[in-house]
Amino acid sequence: MMLQISPTALPSASGEPLLEVNDLVVEYPVGAKTVHAVSGVNLQIARGETLGLVGESGCGKSTLGRAVLQLRRPTSGQVLFDGHDLTAMQGDALRLMRRRVQLIFQDPIASLNPRRKIGDIVAEPLVISGVKDPEKRKELVYEVLSAVGLDPALVVGRLPHEFSGGQCQRICIARALILNPEFIVCDEPVSALDVSIRAQILNLLEEMKARFGLTLLFIAHDLAVVKAVSDRVAVMYLGRLCEVGSSEQLFASPAHPYTALLIEAIPVPDPDVRPTETVPVGEPPSPIAPPSGCRFRTRCPRADQRCSDEMPELRPVVPGQLVACHHPLI
Amino acid sequence: MTGNALLSVEDVSVELPTPRGNLRAVDHVDLTVGAGQTLGIVGESGCGKTMLSRAILQLLPKKAKLTGRVMFDGQNLLQLSPEKLRKLRGRSLAVVFQDPMTSLNPVLTIGTQLIETLKEHLELDEATAVKRSIELLAAVGIPAPEQRLAQYPHQLSGGMRQRVAIAIALSCEPKLLIADEPTTALDVTIQAQILDLLAREQRRRHMAMIIITHDLGVVAGRTDEVAVMYAGRVVERAPTPALFKKMRMPYTEALLAALPRLDAAPHTPLPAISGRPPDPTRPLKGCSFSPRCRYAVARCHTEKPALAQADSLEHQFACFHPIEVHAGAGA
Repeated sequence: MMLQISPTALPSASGEPLLEVNDLVVEYPVGAKTVHAVSGVNLQIARGETLGLVGESGCGKSTLGRAVLQLRRPTSGQVLFDGHDLTAMQGDALRLMRRRVQLIFQDPIASLNPRRKIGDIVAEPLVISGVKDPEKRKELVYEVLSAVGLDPALVVGRLPHEFSGGQCQRICIARALILNPEFIVCDEPVSALDVSIRAQILNLLEEMKARFGLTLLFIAHDLAVVKAVSDRVAVMYLGRLCEVGSSEQLFASPAHPYTALLIEAIPVPDPDVRPTETVPVGEPPSPIAPPSGCRFRTRCPRADQRCSDEMPELRPVVPGQLVACHHPLI
Repeated sequence: MTGNALLSVEDVSVELPTPRGNLRAVDHVDLTVGAGQTLGIVGESGCGKTMLSRAILQLLPKKAKLTGRVMFDGQNLLQLSPEKLRKLRGRSLAVVFQDPMTSLNPVLTIGTQLIETLKEHLELDEATAVKRSIELLAAVGIPAPEQRLAQYPHQLSGGMRQRVAIAIALSCEPKLLIADEPTTALDVTIQAQILDLLAREQRRRHMAMIIITHDLGVVAGRTDEVAVMYAGRVVERAPTPALFKKMRMPYTEALLAALPRLDAAPHTPLPAISGRPPDPTRPLKGCSFSPRCRYAVARCHTEKPALAQADSLEHQFACFHPIEVHAGAGA
């Protein structure tokens, strides 16, 4: 049921891709059934680019992020990082490659070991990668903690519980940066944070990206947050991509009815914009038994017979914007 | 202060003992909600908004010390017996919490939880209570309500669970519904549906509502009045349109500006609020927002501004240097 898309039609930005995901499938068993978490995703991320990945809970966006890093081995498909196929790598080769990629999680407090000191937590990647000289490690830890806006001398000897959520996320970012990676998957890095702290962390990520020349896969369910940091955005629904395009374009004129629905659902901080009573669109179906054809058809106002018979392919609608829909809005 | 307020919170403070000394979670708060009105309470984690709602519901932790008066429907809640309070809560004073998984009982079916509420408060017989439960579940948009009665909370999605929690809250036709971050745990599409549902039921039942949230976007189109809280105090209070048109308190402005906006170009740096809220066990002498405020002057650090009337009777703010010009949609 997977469709092959020719490489020229792939969603990509200008420039050589650092990461290329080809026809990635991730399925896992639940009892006698199979969860179709990711079903044939194609993506490219250019060097220095931020690709935003949005979708509702359970759409497979986190699974996709983890499969890219081989934290969950994909069922099939390819993940090319700088030309190397990560899915074919094992053991030491994969470990070496992993130094170039990192992950930042949603819950900053839960992702720090509560019984270890901040200095040790941030230095851990160095220990694993074989930096034996403690002085060298200390120097690098101090450098990266200052980079994320913390005072190293005050921080290294303390435990995670002594810090707020925003500060813990800074520590997680420091840990992710210490090996000087090229690519970071940020999985909902600000969803657990307050509005005022969220802005600080988003600004920090942007700053770090520029300073360390990073490429980011930014996963979130909040479209406004994704737009603030992304060059391009991919919208995911029930394991498949529905739309990919430059953030400006995608938000100005969404082509997929699902993208339009997501944009409409964002509460606008303006009392003159009376929220339109949204169409009761219900909730996503289970990824155990996804609908035939277009997976969004059960909630789509435009769905017809063709949508249940035929799976729409991701195809360009305008230059730089791809949509998987039989009845796109543009 | 309208004479016919359904709820009036008068000079309420809540203190909690902690190993580091007393924590003043709510600091001299005055609020009123009229029948059929919606009040939004906005603030960050730890600003005291949840403690305030618990003070209204008389559901504070045992060690908490509450001072002031909470008048609801002509009665002082602080003077009611536990038995009377229990009758009032659920009957005319209902609440929807943030996390429907923890507010529903995981070992009882949806039906049991709904039917129990109806039998307890409205003294309905079993058959009527079952019929009413099915109607309620249908009203909050739950498909196949008859089958749902036999299901347990874990068999429902987060959005469906929140609908059930709302159905239970609405079951006894309350006069006031307190929704404490009702959509924070939900996806944006589900959030819109739940907020629509609350607004629709509120209109239909002419019920008063308090929406507690950290998201100014949630209160903008759906409340009559907004109170912004910071470090336990109400720092600005105004009818919703007035607040968004002409915010006077620098904190409110900063909170709105820090929201990523869809109409901004990608990679626009966000005007973040530097630093973080003060330690509630170490109250500041001056304005609690002064260390983070870009307008702060010497006086702000030494003297606490009172929540005072401003342009109109309804618009109040606690600031020595309110924003004079049209603040609009963020910097």
